[in-house]
Amino acid sequence: MILDGQVPGGPIADKWSKHKSDMSLVNPANRRKYDVIVVGTGLAGASAAASLGEMGYNVKAFTILDSPRRAHSIAAQGGINAAKNYKNDGDSVHRLFYDTVKGGDYRARESNVHRLAELSVNIIDQAAAQGVPFAREYGGMLDNRSFGGAQVSRTFYARGQTGQQLLIGAYQAMMRQVDSGQVKLFTRREMLDLVVVDGKARGIIARNLLNGELEHYAAHAVLLCTGGYGNVYFLSTNAGNSNVSAGWRCAKRGALFANPCYTQIHPTCIPESGEYQAKLTLMSESLRNDGRVWVPQKDGDNRPPELIPENERDFFLERKYPSFGNLVPRDVASRNVKEACDAGRGVGLTGRAVYLDFADSVRRLGSDVIADRYGNLFDMYYKITNENPYEVPMKIYPAIHYTMGGTWVDYHLMSSVPGLFVLGEANFSDHGANRLGASALMQGLADGYFVIPATLPNYLANETFGDAPTHSDPFKEARNSVQSRIETLSMINGSRTVLEFHRELGGIMWNQVGMARNEAGLKDALVKVRELREQYWQDVKVVGHTEDLNKQLEFGLRVADYMEFSELLIRDALARRESCGGHFREEYQTEEGEAKRDDENFSYVAAWETHGNDREPELHKEQLSFENVEVKMRSYK
Amino acid sequence: MSEMTFNLRVWRQANSESSGRLVDYTAERISEHMSFLEMLDIVNDKIILEGDDPIAYDFDCREGICGSCGIVINGVPHGPNPGTTSCQLFMRHFKADETITIEPWRAKSFPLIKDLVVDRSSFDRIIATGGYISCNTGAAPEANNTPIPKDIADEAFDAAACIGCGACVAACKNASAVLFVGAKLQHLALMPQGQAERDRRALRMVDQMEAEGFGACSNEGECEAVCPKEISTKHIARLNRDYMRAAVKQALRP
Ligand SMILES: Cc1cc2nc3c(=O)[nH]c(=O)nc-3n(C[C@H](O)[C@H](O)[C@H](O)COP(=O)(O)OP(=O)(O)OC[C@H]3O[C@@H](n4cnc5c(N)ncnc54)[C@H](O)[C@@H]3O)c2cc1C
Ligand code: FES
Repeated sequence: MILDGQVPGGPIADKWSKHKSDMSLVNPANRRKYDVIVVGTGLAGASAAASLGEMGYNVKAFTILDSPRRAHSIAAQGGINAAKNYKNDGDSVHRLFYDTVKGGDYRARESNVHRLAELSVNIIDQAAAQGVPFAREYGGMLDNRSFGGAQVSRTFYARGQTGQQLLIGAYQAMMRQVDSGQVKLFTRREMLDLVVVDGKARGIIARNLLNGELEHYAAHAVLLCTGGYGNVYFLSTNAGNSNVSAGWRCAKRGALFANPCYTQIHPTCIPESGEYQAKLTLMSESLRNDGRVWVPQKDGDNRPPELIPENERDFFLERKYPSFGNLVPRDVASRNVKEACDAGRGVGLTGRAVYLDFADSVRRLGSDVIADRYGNLFDMYYKITNENPYEVPMKIYPAIHYTMGGTWVDYHLMSSVPGLFVLGEANFSDHGANRLGASALMQGLADGYFVIPATLPNYLANETFGDAPTHSDPFKEARNSVQSRIETLSMINGSRTVLEFHRELGGIMWNQVGMARNEAGLKDALVKVRELREQYWQDVKVVGHTEDLNKQLEFGLRVADYMEFSELLIRDALARRESCGGHFREEYQTEEGEAKRDDENFSYVAAWETHGNDREPELHKEQLSFENVEVKMRSYK
Repeated sequence: MSEMTFNLRVWRQANSESSGRLVDYTAERISEHMSFLEMLDIVNDKIILEGDDPIAYDFDCREGICGSCGIVINGVPHGPNPGTTSCQLFMRHFKADETITIEPWRAKSFPLIKDLVVDRSSFDRIIATGGYISCNTGAAPEANNTPIPKDIADEAFDAAACIGCGACVAACKNASAVLFVGAKLQHLALMPQGQAERDRRALRMVDQMEAEGFGACSNEGECEAVCPKEISTKHIARLNRDYMRAAVKQALRP
């Protein structure tokens, strides 16, 4: 398969605007003849559904949850980037582009990233016009802060609930289209398969989670906006229902899956407290603007933090990275935290935590200012840990947070299956091997508000569509295969619960395919995951009826897909014999322990074609070229 | 770390047609650091291994922001801790060996689906009738062309912080949704962008609220007391004012 990113020609700064005027359009009267399925109603899905509805397409929007407003995007805390340069501190579209390519460790497609940076400014305008209550200065202008490794203040925020407010803006815009009849909403529905007719994506099979019925929906295009796959690690900051099944099922229908090994670990999460734990909670990275990360200098020093004098504390990020200090990118911060804990200098009950200390900032700025900036985060920390961060330093540890990998898409966000478009975290496109803070919200909304409304019409206008009635064979075949998976799973009646299996899978993934990876560990993980999958299909116990609200069955199907998907992730990690961004292979590091890329051999997107569980997946490469940024060793010293 | 045991009385109901009842379970080996939902996860794993149908409850974020979870705990929506969702409630707030009663939201406009899961789609239908500012994608002006004083933006944020969980309705003896509707109306009415549709929005949303069968407000204040985002009842007074104003204007229109 030849992987063509369909990147338009011309200078990078003009590609998108020129291409927009070159693409075909669908005239307003014809738009109602097209049906578009949107799966997932996070920022990407809700913004796409709203915008396409406004244009006059017939949209059907699907979500697992009882309301589209609850999608996982709601949990994003810190903010959203935009190159507005409101602070006059030297920001520009080019700088945001440059920072994102560099932050992604030179593993992203330049043209996509530039488009993202261009669109960032329109997103803020759109959201403000919808009434998103962004933080403001006293003069009434929008406020910004600097976020995760950026040297300019370009992050817009709404207290610590930016994702919530942006999602509510997009959700409300979508509900306006529901009211006008342009968007039809299907809640408590889970897409379980893609239907491909004559080589094109023409529909989905969704399970009605209330009564178990398998329903068919046909359309001219399917938009996958189903989020990331962080929950393959069991413990992550992702929402409980976030999952990889939609993407994985599409992979099985021919959509290449790119860079699954690029997973992001967030340095500042609340440490695990016990085996029973169901999820990890993120403490926004914005905290690193005012908090200082440290561990005791002596290992095994278990005095309470306030009794450890300043000169016996190791502020290791400030020490090792004088110019970025506590604000080094996530991957660098996470690895350093792990290193400190591996060296026995970790704190807390388990020794797997470091301090994030606000004492200096509270002294300097007063607790009112700190409360204004982080009040809700401090409250959340207090609720979970019963410790007051105004008085005692927070304890934090890295956790899986975001996945840069995803379904491969071209410049138009179309996958290798024509008519299947993938938006938001579910695609692989813009963040390379590492995502910068406050850039996921930006990408989800850029994809949904601005990219897809321009690229989808181009596809629709240039294709001829035959009939694809829901009683046709491809729909029947897809439905039957879902049906038989459900029946098989519910009849196993083994001795271990879905939760136990998921936890075990997560343990393997976190320990051997987590923050640091090596060949032996990965090969061993591959064997273990395969064994676990076999056990799963023999020994899992899913009770209850299949024609009923049955959350065990829902989770059981998702975990079954994680069992297969994890294998691809491990294979990708094995094949990428370099370290880059979130993928750190211990064999490939500099003398100072920093990630060492191999640009000569690995400057490509790894797009995998799957061939079922018994045959090895096939690797297709999309070569990356960098014409507008100089490829350098990433350094935050 | 000490481990505790609790006696649970959980509402079990197979579906909206069948009748429900409280069923006793024992939650064993519960740590004070567990969340309420993690405690239920453990109980469920035991139920599953015994071959029975586990307790159904909604959740997603488990961080108090998505509004999915919603359980009446010992008679109080979201339980004993003020400003806290069910998922952010930790077992350290309970006494060992305590009996905990666990029930669903009960309101006519939130029909029960199964066990602790209810249908809150009436909230979405209310938003669809006007809970937005109409601005098509691409039509927005430069954001800083519309300055908004910080105190107004902050107040709008306080109203917009609603997570749509429905605890306000569950706590109200009239099953009224005025706190939910009032908060949305105020969020949008405070913003300069929201003025154009202010009257129409108030009329349509309040009408839809009534059509969904939510009750009238008799100023009990229970809603604010259980709201996990501590949204103020002052929005209810403003809702009444906005609705009256819009209704009068509509009546006077020639
Ligand atoms: C705690 C936290 C904080 C974050 N903070 C920030 C931040 O400050 N700034 C930033 O830029 N990014 C942040 N991120 C990342 C960002 O929130 C996400 O990457 C982004 O919101 C993803 O949006 P999305 O629309 O692509 O997917 P999602 O919001 O994940 O939406 C996908 C939805 O699809 C549903 N779905 C999945 N499969 C199916 C199916 N088969 N059928 C039907 N529905 C399905 C899921 O339930 C989900 O609700 C944060 C992430 C987390 C976890
Ligand atoms: S699960 Fe999201 S608020 Fe409780």
